[in-house]
Parts: sequence; structure tokens; C-alpha cells
Amino acid sequence: MKRLILFLFFLNIILAANAQKFMTKNGYIGFFSHTSMEDIKGDNNQVAGVIDITTGEMAFQALIKSFHFDRALMEEHFNENYMESDKIPKAVFKGKITNLSSVDFSKNGTYDVTVEGDLTIHDVTNKISTKGTIEVITGGINANSKFKIVPEDYKINIPGVVRDKINKDLEVTVIMKYTPIAAK
Amino acid sequence: MRRLALSFLLSLVTLAIFAQDDLMNIIDQNTPSDINYTTATFKSTRIINGHSIERMLPGQLDVRISHRFGTLNSGAYDFWGLDQSNIHLGLEYGIWKWLMIGVGRGNYEKTFDGFAKFSVLRQSSGAKVMPVSLSVVTSAALKSKKFLDQSRKNYFSSQMSYVAQVLVARKISQTLSVQLTPSYVHRNLVPTELDPNDIFALGAGARIKLSKRISLNGEYYYVANPATYLSQQTYNPLSIGFDIETGGHVFQLFFTNSVGMIEKAFIGETTGQWKNGGIHFGFNISRVFTLVKHQKAPNS
Repeated sequence: MKRLILFLFFLNIILAANAQKFMTKNGYIGFFSHTSMEDIKGDNNQVAGVIDITTGEMAFQALIKSFHFDRALMEEHFNENYMESDKIPKAVFKGKITNLSSVDFSKNGTYDVTVEGDLTIHDVTNKISTKGTIEVITGGINANSKFKIVPEDYKINIPGVVRDKINKDLEVTVIMKYTPIAAK
Repeated sequence: MRRLALSFLLSLVTLAIFAQDDLMNIIDQNTPSDINYTTATFKSTRIINGHSIERMLPGQLDVRISHRFGTLNSGAYDFWGLDQSNIHLGLEYGIWKWLMIGVGRGNYEKTFDGFAKFSVLRQSSGAKVMPVSLSVVTSAALKSKKFLDQSRKNYFSSQMSYVAQVLVARKISQTLSVQLTPSYVHRNLVPTELDPNDIFALGAGARIKLSKRISLNGEYYYVANPATYLSQQTYNPLSIGFDIETGGHVFQLFFTNSVGMIEKAFIGETTGQWKNGGIHFGFNISRVFTLVKHQKAPNS
């Protein structure tokens, strides 16, 4: 019995130590569209993100109204005409690092990863797969990725009048600087 | 002893569950619920003639060109009013989040005008609930048309008039926004003793979105003490029209019985009457330029 208790006790400790999750509340997600007529850039510095380094699971959540633009009118159009942010306030990503074994979380360094998961924008969910990097630093983890999305895939309709001003693909940049959260 | 083993086992189970727990829950637990400010209650800083709750954000310049043609009842000879034109040009700028200012010039009585709009309350939901947006507008107008009677002593101050308004607006739904606008107009000099120096009015405005880019707007001001003597009977201004937004511009096309485009003029000096065709076709064009970019690049 004593041995069992001891075993359970240590297993508990090991699990607690291993169940390591890292989090940020001010991650960055931005998107960029370039055409000869207009450059459009939206920046959100208040993205919440979590990564579980034992399973490789990742999740992000961005409030649509936290995307800011150089021009107030663009921001208004983004919220009112395209994203309908009063109705659909959030965009969410839930996914997983598929090559978790190639990342050594105990050693500082930059590792290439592939992330697959579900990206939900404008209430439409699409599977995406993208390459990125995980940088292990002392006291934290940085994650970076760049990928492209097509607004029409998320039922975001761009009318003919402005179609020439918005690129067919939007380039999305993700920059997360995670710090550990204590396992509960 | 057994109890201890059980408790360890139990904690193991909870740990295991926690590890499987959706990461989204962690995000939800760690992000405080945000204040969700209502945006785009109206498409433009004017409902039609009068101010809406909307403001220019810091660094944004609104160039406004407004026209009122003649009255529809002026007949075929004046091409139902389109031969005549009254114009008002405006430059309006956001200084801080809560303050925008504007200057303008209209050919109606060769008037210069200036205003300041203070945003006091913003409609919001979420962590902070505020049912309405509230702004205060103060404006002054300087009439530069020559005095009719040059023989008497004419003071500079006689050309001035002042307006104070409180705007209370609520975006009821995605499609419907309403606003109430108690207004006070003071005119330093009026044509006759029968004309009031102080005018009190209550404005009401609404917009209904017909599509993402087109809305139907209506605006009415009830004037409590209009001028009633026969040669200068004034009426309550009523305006109905459309806002059409095309990317960078907002076009407002409407019919109104007022020829004045500033508060002092359309509240106190509207002489057109809807029922006998004293209606003007008019439009406002708004083009917003960004003079100061307020966004910072990410700290990557």
C-alpha cells in the first residue's frame, strides 16, 4: 500500500510538472493586403494564445474589434461591412504542432514546426496547415508564423467596386511571446 | 491509508482531465471580458443637416462639400430648383478621442462657422454597460453679409449667433439607430422685435440600414418658438434621404425644406414648407483623409 501511495504521489508530481502550458494575453496577429491601388494593414496586439508543450496543442483567440488600422474608415468598414464584428466578435484558431518531436523544449533554440488546425473567422471554420517557428528561450517560448488566407473562404464578400483594392490573398502574421502559466 | 491513496488517485484523475481540458477554457479564464464599444451608429458626422453622434477620430480630416438646390416648387423655369445652388464647405478634424472641431463657410448669408463636438459617453456592452452615446456640440456662426441698414450703428457682435446641443443616440440594432437632440440657438441680433433671440428645439433623427452600404435617414427638429410674423414665418425642418457609402466617400442625398446647412440656420430660419413643395434637393459629400497615423507597428 505504502508503495502504491508513493507511486501515485510521484506520478502526480511528474504529471503536474509536465503539464506545462504557456500563455500570452498580448500576442500579435496582423494581416496585410497589397495592391497597386492601396495597402491595407490591420494589427491586433491583444491576441490571447495558449500552447501546451506536452501535447503540442495551440489555441488563439482574437477580438475582431481589436484589429486597428491606419485609417479609421478602414477600421469601420472592416467591422461593419466585412467581419460583422457586433454579430461575430471573435476569431479563433485551435490546432496542433504535427512534428512536436523535433522541438526540444529543454534547449534554447529555434525549431521549424508545422501546425495544423481549425481556423474560425466570420463563423466559418476551415482546416489550415502552415509552417512556422518555435523559439525556446529562457523563461518563455516564442512562436512565429506567416500564412495566407482567402477572404472568400470565410464567406467575407468583397464587392466588385473595391475588389481591385484588396488582394485575393491576405498575408497573416502571427507573433506570440508566451510565458509559463502555473499548472493548477 | 486507503483514503490517502484514494485522494492521490483522485488528484491524478483531475490532473489528467485538466491536461485534456480545452485550451480555449484557459484563454477564457485568463482574458477579462472586454468593454465592447458600439461603433458606426451613423455613417457620417451628420444625420442630414444636423450633427450625429459620430466623430472624427484623432488625426482624421473630414472634407465636406454640401449643396442645397432651390425649391421644387420654383417650377420649370428654374428647372425645379436645380438652377440655384447654396453651398457649404467644411473642414473637420479629430483632435483627441473625445474632441473634434470644424470650420466652415457657406454662401447663405456669407456665413463663417466653427464648432466643437465633445464625446461624453459612448454606448457599450460587456464589462461596462452604457445604453446610449452622448455628445455635446457647441457652435458659433459669423454672418458676413453687409448690413441692410448702413446708416445705423452696426456692431460686430450683431453678426454672431451661438448654438448648444446635446446629442443622445442609441444604436438599437445593426440596422436601426436613433438620436434625440435638444438644441438651443441664441442670435445676438434678429430682424424685428417679433423674432425671438433665443430658440429652443428638439431634434429627432434615425437611420435604417437598407444594405451594408446604403441607409435611409430621417431628421426632424421641433422648434418650440418659431418666428410667426407673416413675412418670415419659419417651419420645422424635416429631411429625408439616403446615405451611400463608396469605400472612401460618403454621399448623402436627400430632400429637405431647409436651405441652411448649419444649426443656427436650419433650426431658426427654415422658411420652406413641405406641403406646398418648398423642398430642396441636396447632397453632402464627405471624404476622410488620415493626416496622423495613430497605429504603432507591432513590437516584433
